[in-house]
Amino acid sequence: MFEMFPPALALIGGALLTALISSRQLRAVVVIVAPLICLYLIWQVPDGVVVRGAFLGYPLELVEGGPVRRLFATIFAIMSATGAVFAFNHARRTELVAAQLYAAGAVGVSFAGDLLTLFVFWEIMALFSTVVVWCGGTESARAAGVRYAIMHLLGGVILKVGIEGLLVTTGSLDIRPLSAHDFSTWMILIGILINAAAPPLSSWLSDAYPTASPTGSVFLSAFTTKTAILALILLFPGESILVGVGLFMVFYGIIYALLENDIRRILAFSIVNQVGFMVVAVGIGTEMAINGASAHAFAHIIYKALLFMSAGVVVMRTGKHLCTDVGGLFRTMPVTMWCGVIGALAISSFPLTSGFTTKTLISQAAVGEGLTTVYFLLAAASAGVFLHAGIKFPWFVFFQKDSGLRPKDAPWNMRIAMIFFAFLCILIGVYPQLLYPLLPYAVDYHPYKPGKVLFYLQLLLFSGLAFFLLLPWMKRTLTISLDVDWLWRRGLPLLVKYVARVGKPPVSALRSRLQQGAGLLTATARHTMGHTGPLGRSWEIGTTALWIVLLLMVYVFAYYLF
Amino acid sequence: MTQPDDHWLIRPTTIRWLWIIGYSVLAITVLLQLVIPVKGYFGIDGWFGFGALFGFLSCVLMVFGAKFIGKLLKRPDDYYDV
Repeated sequence: MFEMFPPALALIGGALLTALISSRQLRAVVVIVAPLICLYLIWQVPDGVVVRGAFLGYPLELVEGGPVRRLFATIFAIMSATGAVFAFNHARRTELVAAQLYAAGAVGVSFAGDLLTLFVFWEIMALFSTVVVWCGGTESARAAGVRYAIMHLLGGVILKVGIEGLLVTTGSLDIRPLSAHDFSTWMILIGILINAAAPPLSSWLSDAYPTASPTGSVFLSAFTTKTAILALILLFPGESILVGVGLFMVFYGIIYALLENDIRRILAFSIVNQVGFMVVAVGIGTEMAINGASAHAFAHIIYKALLFMSAGVVVMRTGKHLCTDVGGLFRTMPVTMWCGVIGALAISSFPLTSGFTTKTLISQAAVGEGLTTVYFLLAAASAGVFLHAGIKFPWFVFFQKDSGLRPKDAPWNMRIAMIFFAFLCILIGVYPQLLYPLLPYAVDYHPYKPGKVLFYLQLLLFSGLAFFLLLPWMKRTLTISLDVDWLWRRGLPLLVKYVARVGKPPVSALRSRLQQGAGLLTATARHTMGHTGPLGRSWEIGTTALWIVLLLMVYVFAYYLF
Repeated sequence: MTQPDDHWLIRPTTIRWLWIIGYSVLAITVLLQLVIPVKGYFGIDGWFGFGALFGFLSCVLMVFGAKFIGKLLKRPDDYYDV
């Protein structure tokens, strides 16, 4: 039937088996092996359309290969397998099933050759990521999951409106570079940007991810925003508005992360920050920039999942999720601490970590296009990343004051997953030539020029100095920071209450008028049509006959006249 | 508590040494620029110690910027629960 087996089906099959198998051990094997089979299949997909189908007469391209698609699918599969190693012993079965289907959606989007196929897998992701959020099991997870689902279903509708519009105007559903110039293409761009957590709708991410279970947030950190980056690369490379959008995200992430007290919410804000770097790169749109966006997405999934694993172990072992409640954990959690530190160095693009070899590609692309302001803002943002994630996360969780907590270190399977990802962070940092050949365009870039390394060392180490000198101004407080979601979480209910209060006197006045009117009406009706009223009481036959004759005469007269 | 709180890492002498080492490393990264030229893509970024100053000042700006924005946006963390 197929020229080849669609890779996403391996994960869907894995999910079905996970749902059906009752043996815990066998289930663990399935959740780890299915993504590996998927990974094998991903590397069997040649370039071009390989699996076709049709729906309601529309031709579908279910699987289309290409270097950038393969790269994203590869990291999604690696993430899914490593996440499974991390999670299988602690996550609920529902969460494992949902996480596999969520990953299947991401792999499906990666290989979607037309917009209809993309949309279907896009919605599969929205659906099952919501289930992963709900597996957090708390009341706040339930509420945040509902908000998350509404946002993504709304984004899906906007995307679908754009796809339909594009079909009507161009007659083609093909995935090809577009430019946002009319209603439909704008709708598609906005639909994708909602999933990228772009402004003004960034808050769903930091709202939902930290409420998921310690294992669930690891899966959530990887797929949704990065498939959005892939979609932007495929559909809107070089769309200049993305540069501004991305820069906003970069600084939004830093500022909100600096204000935040919840450990995993700090990391959630830094996802927005890192995705901002990629959005800027897609906006620049040159070959080097697209390489940068792809490479950075690849490296980002690894170190961000690593950070969420490290934070997840802390949350699981201590039951605390605020910076103000933890601290001093380095004593008893050395593995979790070191893996967290390596992830933190990688996200800060410290030399010899993956972030350095991928993020500097983006800065170099800005240099290549002569974008001075963008270049300096990205450099300032790199310093800011070290500040809000690179030092803040490990410092407040593992060092600062002694909280008195002495939790056990991570269980063995979680250690394996963390050490593997920490190893990859350093491997890609030391041997970037392993990753560069997988990028969509040929790479002629050497990150380890002495001058460049020195510049970044100065930049980062002095950011570190700033952190420790400014510590008194960075005391964690028991606060949250308002975001645009205030509008519907507080603003809308307030508006409803206000309208109810202000509208009450006129409405009640109107109601009493209406009641008066109705009372009058019924009284009149009772008077005229009651059994003593002129129309209600019984008349003699003769009178009735007289009335009928009269009416008939009027009728005949009227008929004759008109 | 299983351990008395005298971990070597938090002793005042260790912390003093960490500061001394830290400042030395910072000084070295700046002084190294005398030996290793930093390529300035836009002129100014090749100046002596530019990376250090730019990184430090950006962070100061961001911390106080965040502090200011926090004044407007921060609420008690049970804000949405009540």
